[in-house]
Amino acid sequence: MSELVSEDIKEPHEPALALHVEDLTVSYGDRPALWDIDLDIPPGVMAGIVGPNGAGKSTLLKAILGLVPISAGHVRLFGHPYRMQRRRVGYVPQRSSVDWDFPTSAVDVVTMGLYGELGWLRWPGRSERDRALRALDQVGMEALADRQISELSGGQQQRVFIARALVHKPDILLLDEPMAGVDATTERSIINLLRQLREAGQTVVVVHHDLQTVQKYFDWLVLLNVRLIAAGPRDEVHTAENLRRTYGGQIALLDDNDRPA
Amino acid sequence: MIALLSDYTLQTVMMGALLIGVLSGVLGSFAVLRGQGLLGDTLSHAALPGVCIGFLIVGGRSLEGVMAGALFTGVVAALVVVFLHQRTALKMDVALAATLGLGFALGVVLLTYIQREAGSAQAGLDSFLFGQAAAVLRRDLYPMAVVTALSLLMVILLWKPLKLMSFDPAFAAVSGLPVRLLEITLTAMIALAVVVGLQMVGVVLMTAMVIAPGAAARQWARSLSGMVLLSALFGAIAGVVGGVISALAPGLATGPVIVLTATAIALVSLLIAPHRGLIPQWYRRRHRLQHTSTDRILLTVYELAREHGDWRYRVEQGAVDAYHGMVTEPLLQALVERGHLQPVRHMPDEGAHWQLTDKGLAHAEDCAARWTGGSRLRRSEPVG
Repeated sequence: MSELVSEDIKEPHEPALALHVEDLTVSYGDRPALWDIDLDIPPGVMAGIVGPNGAGKSTLLKAILGLVPISAGHVRLFGHPYRMQRRRVGYVPQRSSVDWDFPTSAVDVVTMGLYGELGWLRWPGRSERDRALRALDQVGMEALADRQISELSGGQQQRVFIARALVHKPDILLLDEPMAGVDATTERSIINLLRQLREAGQTVVVVHHDLQTVQKYFDWLVLLNVRLIAAGPRDEVHTAENLRRTYGGQIALLDDNDRPA
Repeated sequence: MIALLSDYTLQTVMMGALLIGVLSGVLGSFAVLRGQGLLGDTLSHAALPGVCIGFLIVGGRSLEGVMAGALFTGVVAALVVVFLHQRTALKMDVALAATLGLGFALGVVLLTYIQREAGSAQAGLDSFLFGQAAAVLRRDLYPMAVVTALSLLMVILLWKPLKLMSFDPAFAAVSGLPVRLLEITLTAMIALAVVVGLQMVGVVLMTAMVIAPGAAARQWARSLSGMVLLSALFGAIAGVVGGVISALAPGLATGPVIVLTATAIALVSLLIAPHRGLIPQWYRRRHRLQHTSTDRILLTVYELAREHGDWRYRVEQGAVDAYHGMVTEPLLQALVERGHLQPVRHMPDEGAHWQLTDKGLAHAEDCAARWTGGSRLRRSEPVG
């Protein structure tokens, strides 16, 4: 629906960009959650998506991944729509989005990251388990591989989720509030891990809610409040004026019809 | 007993109960994990108008007509639930409850109509409310066996997709699975299970057969496969035991006895399962409390205050938890009630902090003196 009929999606569009979002609008009912977003993220950066509650940060990730219907516009990852790029993308949803009381172990959850690759009929075997253990090792959780997920702390659960996204070695990693509800030590180890991934050439995109740590953590910033306020290298974007426009007076950004002005 | 077990009718009843137990146990596990315990309830109540419609159209007590009707309205109800959940802002429980109410209301209206129009012929319909296992014939077992085999085959073939969808539907969708289609398939299978179980267990109690074995198995299992197998076993035990008990006491309806057995298994599991059972949990908590007296917590606060050179030092609760490797809040609260500590806050967004009172300080010094063999610790150096 969102694709133009004439557009051939086999042809790459903006392949040099890790993420290319054009004219993206998403609405829940009458209320736009994202309004006319144009956004480019180059490969190899660590980008933070920042904005107040209800700014559409998580919705943006979900729209990129095709989890919510798009009203207008399109999204490309390395030149192609997400459904052609599943192997190159790792997704870490909010930890609170699942019931951690599910009867399963940490390594089993990470193995689930390989189900898409395995297809419908092949069962995970030795090599899948080894890959899952390596991913757990990457996040420092190998010792707890066979622990029930309900017995893990919040920070450990978060790291299991990150390992599940890393297990198929994605080129771009999308994380939804990975620092929410984890202690300071875990937050540090997560940010160090993400930095290592960026050093290794991966693109990391993080929805983040803590404005205080934004400058320290990211080298690329996306300021969002239903509309895109600003996006680009951290030092160009992180200005008082931009932050005021993002956080100060959400109401002022809407016109009389409750539409983004 | 042996004569009883070779009884033809009883064999049929037990075989049927076994099939229904395995079927609802396996499918019920997924319903329980997906937070859809009400699904069986909704589908079975929604099957009631179908039973009546089948009766009206085909007439008599033709089982095929009644089952086809039940299946039809059951599947319609399942689709209504999925539609309400996916396309409106309604939460799952609301969608289920709304559909349940509608189905049952329709069913009762139709039952009343049949009662007035068809008179005594409706007697056979009543048995669908509570099940009439004794009336189950050998040939009635075939649909049960077919649906059970079909469900087992589906669960085995779609194991990975079903598992991923049950744990994390969003990630399942991102992995490229057709989540909506899987959801519809699973719901349709549960509807089918409910319909073939109706004759045995009845509309009202079929819901318990979907929930009880799965809920019981969850208490013991540490993997999804373990849970599903155990749930099937519990369902089978409930079916066979219920069948035998009702046969030993003539006149006892089979359906309710099966459900009572399944519920008893669930209840026992909730109480005694080693990790999650209420009794082991209660026992562990008591054990911990007995081994960590309030005095030791008070001493920890006292020592931390001493280290910081300030008797009024605000000790973070996390520090006390870390020292004792447990949640110390109940004990800290007990100390507040005794007047030894008072809760304080540094900043509004911070966790709880605790501060010694004069009385608490005195008591802590007494304890410290006692525990260190009589030599009172110096109070002179730091003064708060």
